[in-house]
Parts: sequence; C-alpha cells; structure tokens
Amino acid sequence: MTINTLAKGGWYREQMTCFRKMEKVIVAMQDPDMGMKMRNQRLLITVIPHAMTGRDVIDWLIQKYNICEEEALHVGGMLVRYGYIYPLKEPRSLVLRADETPYRFQTPYFWTSTRWPASELDYAIYLAKKNIRKQGELMEYEKERYSLLHKRINHTWDFVVMQAREQLRASKQRRKADRIVLECQEQAYWLINRPPPGAHNVLDMGLEKPNNFSLRVTLNSDYYKREIESCRRALGRNRVKSSICLEGFVKFSEQYQNHDPIMQGCLPSNPWISDDTAHWTMNSEIVPVPTRLRVERWSFSFMELLNDPIGRREFMTYLEKEFSAENLCFWQACEDIRHGESSKIIQKVEDVYKNFLAPGAARWVNIDSKTMDKTLEGIKHPHRFVMDDAQLHIYFLMKKDSYPRYLKSDLYKNMLAKAIVPQETKKSVFPFMRRQRHSSPSPAQAVTQVTEEDGRAMGAGKAGTNSAAGSHV
Amino acid sequence: TRHLKTLALTLGNCHGQKIYMRSPPIPEMATQEVQLNETLAHLKTESETLKSKLEEERAKLHDVELHQVAEKVEGLGQFVMKTRRTLKGHGNKVLCMDWCKDKRRIVSSSQDGKVIVWDAFTTNKEHAVTMPCTWVMACAYAPSGCAVACGGLDNKCSVYPLSLDKNENLAAKKKSVAMHTNYLSACSFTNSDMQILTSSGDGTCALWDVESGQLLQSFHGHAADVLCLDLAPSETGNTFVSGGCDKKANVWDMRSGQCIQSFETHESDINSVRYYPSGDAFASGSDDATCRLYDLRADREVAIYSKESIIFGVSSVDFSLSGRLLFGGYNDYTINVWDVLKGTRVSILFGHENRVSTLRVSPDGTAFCTGSWDHTLRIWA
Repeated sequence: MTINTLAKGGWYREQMTCFRKMEKVIVAMQDPDMGMKMRNQRLLITVIPHAMTGRDVIDWLIQKYNICEEEALHVGGMLVRYGYIYPLKEPRSLVLRADETPYRFQTPYFWTSTRWPASELDYAIYLAKKNIRKQGELMEYEKERYSLLHKRINHTWDFVVMQAREQLRASKQRRKADRIVLECQEQAYWLINRPPPGAHNVLDMGLEKPNNFSLRVTLNSDYYKREIESCRRALGRNRVKSSICLEGFVKFSEQYQNHDPIMQGCLPSNPWISDDTAHWTMNSEIVPVPTRLRVERWSFSFMELLNDPIGRREFMTYLEKEFSAENLCFWQACEDIRHGESSKIIQKVEDVYKNFLAPGAARWVNIDSKTMDKTLEGIKHPHRFVMDDAQLHIYFLMKKDSYPRYLKSDLYKNMLAKAIVPQETKKSVFPFMRRQRHSSPSPAQAVTQVTEEDGRAMGAGKAGTNSAAGSHV
Repeated sequence: TRHLKTLALTLGNCHGQKIYMRSPPIPEMATQEVQLNETLAHLKTESETLKSKLEEERAKLHDVELHQVAEKVEGLGQFVMKTRRTLKGHGNKVLCMDWCKDKRRIVSSSQDGKVIVWDAFTTNKEHAVTMPCTWVMACAYAPSGCAVACGGLDNKCSVYPLSLDKNENLAAKKKSVAMHTNYLSACSFTNSDMQILTSSGDGTCALWDVESGQLLQSFHGHAADVLCLDLAPSETGNTFVSGGCDKKANVWDMRSGQCIQSFETHESDINSVRYYPSGDAFASGSDDATCRLYDLRADREVAIYSKESIIFGVSSVDFSLSGRLLFGGYNDYTINVWDVLKGTRVSILFGHENRVSTLRVSPDGTAFCTGSWDHTLRIWA
C-alpha cells in the first residue's frame, strides 16, 4: 500500500479491498483461456469490438463460482454498478440484464480505483466537453453542477475550457468506433463517480473511520505493557483440545434443533408467517400450563431452568419441599445486588447479610468457611460484586445437587406430562385471506401506572406480555 | 521540542550501536526521550514475540477441524426464508436495531438522528425520538421494555424512558449516561435496566451505572476504534466480547476490566461480534468478507465462513436459536446464511436495495430483522 492509501480513511481501506477483489474477477473474465468469449456488437451502424452479452457474463459467473443464476446476476450486477462493466445500449441504466444486451469491460484507466477520489477539475473538463459537443444541451442536473463548478473553480476555468477543446479535437481524429467507445467509457465513469440526483450512489462511504496511522489510541508503553500482560496470562491459561470443544457444538445444536423455529418451525405456527400470535400467547412469561418443549428445555442446563420464570418458580417449590429454598432466595438476592441500582447496593448487602449470612439468620445459607470469611470481610466495604464468590458457591451447590434431583422428581415429571403440545395450524385454505394483525400491550404501559417506588423492572415486564391474547389496542 | 524529538527518534532506531555525535551534544532531556523510545521499541518487540508464542501454543491442541467433526451431522435441506414484514418510516440509512424481550417490538436508529420503536408484528410505529445528533449508530432495548438507549456522533449514550402518553415528548425525559471522547459505536444493557455497556470510536469500552451516570469500569486494549460488542450468556455472566478497527476481537472480564482473551486473525475491521448460544464461542463479521468462529475453551479460531463469490464486507452477524445457522448481513445488500458446523453457505437472501447495516435474531428465534441503508427494516422468517 502506498502512503496515499494510508493517509486516507477507513472507508477508503474498505472500498479499495472490494475494488481489488472485483478487479481480480474482471481480469479472470478476460483471461485468454478461461475467460469469456467476446464478439463484435453492432450499435446502430457502428460495430463495437470486444463486447459480450449479459447472458455471457452470468453464465461465466455461474460456471466459475458454482452459484445459481440469481446470485450470478447479483454479482455481475455489482460489477456493473461499480463501473467495471458498462452497458452499450442504455448507458444510463447501470443494470445487468440476463439476455442479449451488450456490455463491455471498462478500461483500467477509468476504473474508479485508479484515480480516486474523482477530481473536481476532471469533472469540470468532462462537463465542458459535453457542453461544447451538445451545444449547451446538458441534462438539467449537469447544467446545475456545471455552473456550480464554474463558480467554485473559477480561477482555473480557462484551463478547463482549453483542456476540453484539446480533448475534443484529439478525439475527432480517432476512428468513429474508437470515439464512441471512449465516450461510453467516460460516461460510465462519471455516472458512478458523480451519480445523477436520486440515483443509487455505490460510492457512498458512510461515516469515515480512521486509518491505522492517525490513532485515537496512543500506542505508548502503557498499551504495550497491557498487551504483554494479556499475552502472558493467555499463555498460562488452560486450553481444551479442539476435538472435545468442537464436539460440544455438534451436541448443542442437536439438542436445541427442535427448539429452533427457523430450523424446525414452531407450533402451532410461526407468528411472522401465519399472522397468528398463538405461539406467543402459549409461551408467555407466565402461563397456567407451559408447552412441552419449554419444560424439556429446563433439563438442558441449570441456567435454562433459572432463566424461565415458571421454571424458577417450580424449582423454588421443589426446594421448599427439601427445606433448601434459602439457597435460591440467596442467589436471587445476589443477582439483584449485581444488576440493581448503585444507590441501593449498601442497603441490599446489609439485608442479605441479615437474612442469609449472619449467625442465626432466618434463612442461613451453607457456605464454606473460606468463602464466608472472604465475604464477611468484603461486606465491610460493600460493592456490586462483593457477594460474587458466595453466590457462585451456592449456584454450583444447587446445580450439582438440587438440580439433578429436581429433574428426577415427580414434580418435574408431572410438569412434563401435563405440558401442552400445540396442534400445528395448517396454512389457510385461502392463502389470500390474511389474518388481522392484533396489537399487544406495550411493556412500556406499566410505567405510567406504577409509582416510582415500586416500579421494579422485572414486574413491569411481566405485566406487559401477560395479556397478549388477541387484545385490541 | 521537535528538533530534539527527531534526534531522539533517529537514535532510537539504532539501539545497540555506538552513536558518535557531532555537535551539538544532546542535553539531558533528549537522553530521557532516547531511553523512552528504546524502551517502547523493546516493549513492542516483546509484545509481538509473545503473540507468536501464543499462536504456537494455540495450535498445539488443534487436533481436528470443525467440519470434520460435523461430517456425521445431517446436512441441511433447502432453505426458504422470505421477508415477512417491511418497516418503512426512516428517512435515511438505518444503522442499528435491537429487539424487545417481548419478541415482537424493536427499536431502530438512523443516520438522520431518528430513533423509532415499532411493533414489528403490526408494523405500527409506537414511539419516535429525534436525537440532537446525526449518525445514531447504536441503539438498544432495555430488558424491561420500558426504555431504549441510543447514541452516535454525540459521543454519548442516552436512555429514553418509553411513555405511552402521546403528548409526552420523549426527549424531555432523556438521561445522559455514557460519555466517550469519540463516537458511540454500540451499546447494550446488561441483565437489567440499571447498567449499560458501550463501545466507542475512542478505542475503549465502558460499563456505566444508568441511575447515576457513573463510570463503573473502563476497558482499554484495542488499538483503534471499537465497533461492536456482545454480552456473554454464561452462567456467571461476567464477560463480554468486543471487535474493532484493529482487527482484534477481545474478551473482557467486566469486573476487573482485564482483557482475558484476544484473537487477531481477521484481515480487516471487525464490524460485528456475537456469542454462540452456549457462550462457549463467538462469531465475528469483518470487512474482509469473512465470518469467523472462535472457540473460547480451545482459545482459537475454529472456522472461517467465506466464499469466492462473496466480495463485500460483513456488517453484522447473529446465530439462530440452536446455533446451527449463522446469518450475516453484507455490504453488497445480501444476507448469507451459513451452516455453522459444516462451514457451507446454505442460502443467500436478496431484498434490500442497499447495504445491510444491522441484523439481529429475535429473542425466541422465530425470525430475524435486518436494517439497511435503503431506509427500511425487514423481518425474515
């Protein structure tokens, strides 16, 4: 990369990468052995050499990349949009047609990447040439731009006109076919680099990202020291063999396949496809009877059970029977500290200590002495993560002990037995009849009804999704 | 002074050699600079050496490729996904979107400063806010569904509580939470409405307390703009991954602010990162036109999703619910669907008329939403 490339922005970097790749394709298309067959094309009374049809382009792409017609049309279409191939018959329509429409390769001189960004001076000269040639009959937007340029670079205008005249004179001395080709090429270049108003601008950059060399982060010794520290830690970490890790992905995907609506569909139907919200209604946060798939999921991992409000409630019921509900209560209280308001941390930590950790506490949790000591020490200066170790200890206790037993319990088995398996809704006999799409109460609704004091985030969320069944708003 | 600095730099490049000075002799200050620059060069070399060593270590336990392990898995059949909803209403490029936990509402933001909350199912717009800045590159829905966060060229992340009172001006209740020294590229609420994680063009990520606007933790380690982030769905819920213009994807410990793992295999800017549903891996999408999968336990890149006919960069990625499919939104207006296990491209979806800038699968996996520079959002199922 040249210094020029580096000096420009991130968008330049991004586009240049794409240009280079497209150019490789273009070069391959023109390969004498593996490239496309070219032929002469008749344009009115002139014969243009080295042309191909849209069909040729698509067929070549299908063959080369082993893709379908639609994708080949898309890839070829991008090559036209970016000016690497231009249409001979309707030059302003930068579209690839899958038929006998003739196209030509743009000369590298006029590749956007060759001289980027296109300069105002060059555009002025181009418009001046056109103006002279068409005796003032430019398109409306070209007239506007021409006069704008005239104002902006007035000081070089003599040069512009002189250049325009020179180039026109030189082109008159070419063969007609060559002249037409050159005009087409130049026109294609400017259609892309100065698109007409309203036309799609492929060179739209978006927000400029910085290049690598004017960093907003200083690569000073602190940066490298951190990198070194990170690397040292990384070198010391335990790694797992690929064969074991990758097997994990296969197992996970297999386990969840039936639960993946995009893969397997969902019952009774996918709301987005059928316009029927029954699937959502049946799977609301809180329902009288959950679906079978949902209850099955609780057995996949402890986290799945806890993440489901009904699952968590069921587990709590089970723990109560086993007289170890304080574990789950403690865990929930710790979550509340971790994710709650900063201002409430001190109070919450105190409450947790009183309820769960203090000697003789009403719901004392059984934590090993080392963790307990560390936690009690930390409580003296309470912060968001002070309960982390204790919480983790209790979490793993529940996971290793109570959770597996819950899955074997009658409580869970009954839940599974009475769970709903929705009937699949067959697609409507009359596919043109679309169901009315009902609104649902916004989760935001609850905020206006609850006071600031008791407007707990989780509660508000539940209220919103509860009554989604066919309600009109 | 510049003169001294130039001298120092020249000397810095000749470490190890005896330098014979002509007049003028170097005063004390410049000697310090010389030492600093030599140290910097040494640090840089040490850092690079360690990185090579790390790659060697990572390679040692790589005994099989993902697609080999996946040979026994049944292949996927023909995939038919269509646009089921088209959301029109933005007047300019859509830059970002996020789903509400209720599985049907979304928030989207655009280049003209508009942030819109939609019921994507009915396609009704429910709320609209005009930000004081253009290029709102980041937006996120609060877990409660009661607020949205957004930001962009204003370098901030602001939270807007959503009110159903039609007369209420949402902008009036706006709360400024995060402050960076450059544009906001991404934001996400953590497990509650109370904390927000942000990434910025200033090269850092940061964790903020929404209530007080206080900075809880900052994350330094990227060498350039950070463009994306995603929170880990792990049991302990303490890590997140970020990707940036320095081609690095970093995994961070939210408590300590430390970078625990770093991956640098992409050839260009990383525009999007997303965790695999189990939390054991994450995918990334880059301007180098590839998506890649990184396994956190194996501590290495384990798959590359690319095709010769795919030339343009990936702007955003997300997994289907089971993690079997990876959806990528591309700068050539298409969506490519990948078989994560076998590494093959399952489907290519057309429809948008300009870049796909954002892509998210819905919370229950029934659909995914894309936002585009063509001003629209589409729901696919």
